[in-house]
Formats: sequence, structure tokens, C-alpha cells
Amino acid sequence: MFESKTGIFFIAGIGFFVLAFLGNGAVPMLMYKDRPEKTAEELVNKRVMNQFRDLAERYPEQFQAAFGAASEEKCAEALRLGRQIYVGEGCWHCHSQFVRPVSNESRRFGPVSKSEEYDNELQRPVLFGTRRVGPDLSREGGRRGNDWHAVHFYNSRTVSTDSPMPAYPWFFDGSPDKPNRRGLALITYIQWLGSWLPEYPYYEELAEVRGE
Amino acid sequence: MSQSRNQPSARAVPADLVDEKIVIAYYMAALTFITISMLAGLLVALQLVRWNPFNGAELLSPGRWRMIHTNAIAYGFLANAFLGTLHWAVPRLTFHKVASKALSWFIFYAWQVIVLATAAGIVIGPTLQDQPWVMELAKQTHLPMGLGAQGLEWGETPFWIDPVALLGLLLVAVNFMVPIGRSKGPMYVTLWYFMAAFVWTFLTYAMGNLLPEYAVAGTSAGAIGGLFIHDLVGLFVTPLGWGLMYYFVPILLKKPIWSHGLSLVGFWGLAFFYPLQGIHHFLYTPIPMFLQYGAVISTIAVELVVATVVINFFGTLGSKGYDQFVNNLPIRYFYTGMVFYFITCFQCALQVTLTFQKLIHFTDWVVGHAHLVMFGVFSLWLFGIMIYLFPRLLGRPWYSQKLLTYHYWLSAGGLFVMFLDLTLAGVFQGWYWASLQPWDASTNGSTPFWIVRVFAGLAMFGGLLCFLYNLWMTAKGAESVDESPALAAAAT
Repeated sequence: MFESKTGIFFIAGIGFFVLAFLGNGAVPMLMYKDRPEKTAEELVNKRVMNQFRDLAERYPEQFQAAFGAASEEKCAEALRLGRQIYVGEGCWHCHSQFVRPVSNESRRFGPVSKSEEYDNELQRPVLFGTRRVGPDLSREGGRRGNDWHAVHFYNSRTVSTDSPMPAYPWFFDGSPDKPNRRGLALITYIQWLGSWLPEYPYYEELAEVRGE
Repeated sequence: MSQSRNQPSARAVPADLVDEKIVIAYYMAALTFITISMLAGLLVALQLVRWNPFNGAELLSPGRWRMIHTNAIAYGFLANAFLGTLHWAVPRLTFHKVASKALSWFIFYAWQVIVLATAAGIVIGPTLQDQPWVMELAKQTHLPMGLGAQGLEWGETPFWIDPVALLGLLLVAVNFMVPIGRSKGPMYVTLWYFMAAFVWTFLTYAMGNLLPEYAVAGTSAGAIGGLFIHDLVGLFVTPLGWGLMYYFVPILLKKPIWSHGLSLVGFWGLAFFYPLQGIHHFLYTPIPMFLQYGAVISTIAVELVVATVVINFFGTLGSKGYDQFVNNLPIRYFYTGMVFYFITCFQCALQVTLTFQKLIHFTDWVVGHAHLVMFGVFSLWLFGIMIYLFPRLLGRPWYSQKLLTYHYWLSAGGLFVMFLDLTLAGVFQGWYWASLQPWDASTNGSTPFWIVRVFAGLAMFGGLLCFLYNLWMTAKGAESVDESPALAAAAT
């Protein structure tokens, strides 16, 4: 059996693979199967809408051309596109979205990540990340203003002197005060990260910042 | 060497058993892609030390080329070099030709199209991303996918290529399973690994590219993603690599493998324990803790299995092996790779523990580990195999043995420096982060290590250039520059 074709094909090839899949894949799938997967529309909340409207006011012409009016529907569209840019440009290879319960990470970034935070279509495939050249981004929303992000994407070294992050001038129509559709979508996506948490970031608890 | 040149056993080999042209074609493709991959790696390395001359150029964005770097190595270099070598080894081991020569060439071209389409999708996809029809498609299907890369390490292959790649892998399996099925009598250990690898690669690719994209989201998708990247190394690259070692090492040493029993332990231990470890890539995530513990334990278990395999190969090398190690160049590559493999696996048994993970997860330590296994082990093995096979495929000795040794030292030396450098950098980064200094402290503190890494990478690239020039001169038929061609030929 251990040296026969059938043994190797069925036991090692298929059997052990399926066993591992059941243990490592099917168990968590079954454990979490009852939790609904949220769509981008369901993910839009007051905080990210507030940021989205801020983008519309700050860059009116650019925003008009890219999304028209700042509606919730358009915000969901921006989140989807923003996530695709985030994946396609490889942002997630240098920025994790996952705060670990060790190594003082909850003091640096914010609350430790919980499983339910990832039950949505924007985490398909999940963006835990593999490497942190730059900081974790899962609690980045609301930490910095939209203008900061625009300048930072245009040329990170303008606001962060020694940053090794590449420049992304193709998110703009020529200058950092003219983010295009891709730039606006990515900034919306970044501002959404962590916006679902009850108490984060701390200064957002002011009513006017929360958009209430 | 010439006696055993075409004879894995005493039985006569029909002249057209091996299609040598396709082996050469695969090797050419593989060498092209490793050149591209190394240039991409260089670009990213330069970006990290802020010396990237193309910063701000959209189609040369380091974020996109980082994915070219990893995909070109896995699917461009390793897969092509493995497929080429399989076309040499499988017919010789089974005494049967592959299922169909036409199918072989179809797979060859299809695979190059798949790799190039992947590269094109990664580089150009994000540029086309905000086209209205792409957005509409994504919205209608509720699939947040783009034309460009998917958000899965090594599964970045854009979603529209996945079905084609799967079909290709199925055809590869059929093409090689037919001769294996036709062969009579007990199978040699190499064929166990190959057979299992054909099944595993197809299943792994299907699981990793389809489930997290279409079926599950969130934490459970993370578990599947971990399983995918792990199985891709463990169930595609590793069994093909070890299978080839079991084939080429006895041929080059002209003696059988030391222990048949140990090779059984190695194969079945790998088959059982390797796939159970996927979740160890995501320790301390919200994935249930008992699953994380299971992955840690099976990882430590597989290192014991690895030890038996390495012992078996050093037993085969034997007490007089040092001469072979020094003078027989492919053997030197193979055994250097095995030493690196042992280091990798020993390191793995340590770094998989929660204690190490606390410090080194997300750091350059992991990057060093990945380079050690993909380049230090499997790429060195494949270069060793190429060094053995090219004189047989081209019908003439290498142009220069000296350039081959340059390639060896620059590749193995450069890689080892890079590995040590990145491992140390990882420890520094882990402590910078835990100490809660501003983030800049970790990137500035990493810069000296990243500079060393640029030069280590340049050494490896220089080694590759030596190899390519040497191959070019050999293929051109240039007169060998070795002082004693007879000796040089014997050493190959």
C-alpha cells in the first residue's frame, strides 16, 4: 500500500489533502458559517460618509467628475473600487490589516482585531497581510485628514520625511489637490478602515466629527 | 560519467523516449522568468532604500512588481524548470513516453501564455480598474474582484486566468500520469513524489484560487489562504524538488540511495504532516486558537521528518562525499541546497512557536526565510540539474567551468548573506515595534540591512548573468576555455 500507485494516489494524494482541508479549512468555515457576510452597501456608516462628504467639499470638481453626488450608494461604490486599488497596487504587501494581541500592538494601533470585523465582501480574500513595512492600517480611518492622505499618496516624503513608500501620482490629475476617481476611492477606503469600531479613533467621539 | 550518461538502469533506452527539445524550451522560459523576477526584486529593494530611479512611474510601480517578483519565481521559473526536468526524468524512470508530444507542446505554450497573462494582469490591471464596465461586473456578481491581482499571496493570478491555469495543471497531470500508469512493477521513490505532486498541485491551486474568491470571506478565508500558500510550497514545489533529488543524486554519485526505509518515512511523513500546517501563517489572528496550536504541532512534527530525509541523503553521500561535494558541481549545488533546506526547516520549527511569532511576524525575518527556501533550496537544485543536463541536451561541454563556479559562489553566497541580513533585520524590526517608538524608527533602523540586501541581491543577479553568458557561449559552440576539457567534462 505504501509503495503502490493506488496507495499514493488515493491516500497521500487525495486522502491526506482532504483530511488537512477538513481540519484547517472546513472547521473554521463551519464555525463561522452562520455569520452573515456584509455587502459594501451595509458597510457604509456615518463616519465614512462624513469623510466621503468631506472629499466632495474639498475637491468639488474632481469629486463631481468621479462620483457625482456624495450618496451612500456612491460611497459603497468608492469602497469597492478603493479596495480593488488597494489590492491591485499591492498596498497589502506592506501594510497589514490585523492587530495582534501581543507585542504592544493594541497600544500602538488600537483594539485587537476580532473575527466578526472580517465578515464582509471587502475582506474577500481576507487582507490580514504578510509584511509590515509600513504600519497596520486596520484602524487607520479618521486618524488623519483627507488632505493628508492626498499629499501622502502623491509623494509620501512630503509629510513623512524618510518614508520608503512609493509615490502614486497616477491617483491624481497632475497635482495633489486633484485626486482622480482612483485616488478618491482609495482615500475613502482607507478612511473606512476601523470606522466600524465603537470608540475609535478617540477624537472622533466629538459629535461634529462623527457627522451627527 | 559518460557510462551512466543515458542510463538510469541497465535497460536500453529508446532514442525518442525523451523529447529533448521541450526540455530546452522549458529551461529557456525558466531562465527568462528568473531574470525578470530578479530585476523586479531589485526594483523593490531599491525602493526600500529610497534609491528607486523610477519612483512615480505607474507601470513600474514597486507594489505591482513585487507581485511579479514572487509570481515569476513560482510560476515562471520553478514551474517551467520543473516541467522541463519532468520531461527528462519521467520517461526515463517509467520507460514510457509522455502521453502525447503534441499535448506537451500545447501545455508548454499554454503555460507561457498563463504566466505572461498573469504578469500583464498584475501590471496593467489596476490601471484599467476604474473602467465603468469592470465596476458594473463586480457589482452585479457581488464579487469584489478586479482585472488586476487578487488579494492572495501567490494567488494574485487575476481571476480570469484561474480556470485556464487549472485546465493546464490537469493536462500536466494527465500527460505525466499516463507513462507512470503504464509502468510495471514497484515504483521508485521519485515517482511517488511526482504522482502525489500532480494531484496536490491541482487541488491546491483550485482550493486557493476559487474558495477565498467565490465561497468564503473573512477569517475562514484567511485559514484557506494560509493553507494555499503553505501547500503551494509544500505540495507543489517540495515534492517535485525532493523527487528530482532522489533521481539525480544516485545517478551522479553512481550508487543507490542509502536507505529505502527512510525514503518511505520521508514521503509519508511529508504527505501527512505538511498539509496540516496552513494556519501557522496566521498565528494570533482571530482564527480559532485550537486550530493554531494544531498547525504549530504538525509543523514541528514535519521538521523531524525532514531530518530523516536529509540524513538519508547525507548517508548516500557517504564518508568519502567531501570529494564529490568539492569536485562534482551538480552535487555541490544539490547538497548546498539540502544544507539550506535543513536550516530552513530548523528555523521553521522555532519561528512557528508563539514565542517567536510575537517578535518576528510581519518582519523581514519571514522574507529571509522565504528567500532561503525558494532560492537557496529549490532554485539552487534546479540550477544544479541544468548544469548536469545542458551538456547532454546541447551535446557539448560547458564553455567555462570557472563561470559555473562563479555562479555557484555568487548565488549561494549572495543568498546566504541576504538570509542572515534579513533575519537579523527582522529581529530589529520586531523590537522597534514592540518598544512603541515612532514608526520611522523601524524603517530607518532597517535601512542599513536593506542596503546590504540590495548588494546581496546584486551578487545573486551577477551570478545569474555568469550563468546566462556561459550558456550562451556553450550553445553558440564556442571553444571551451577550461584548461583541461577532459577533466572539466568528468567533473560535470
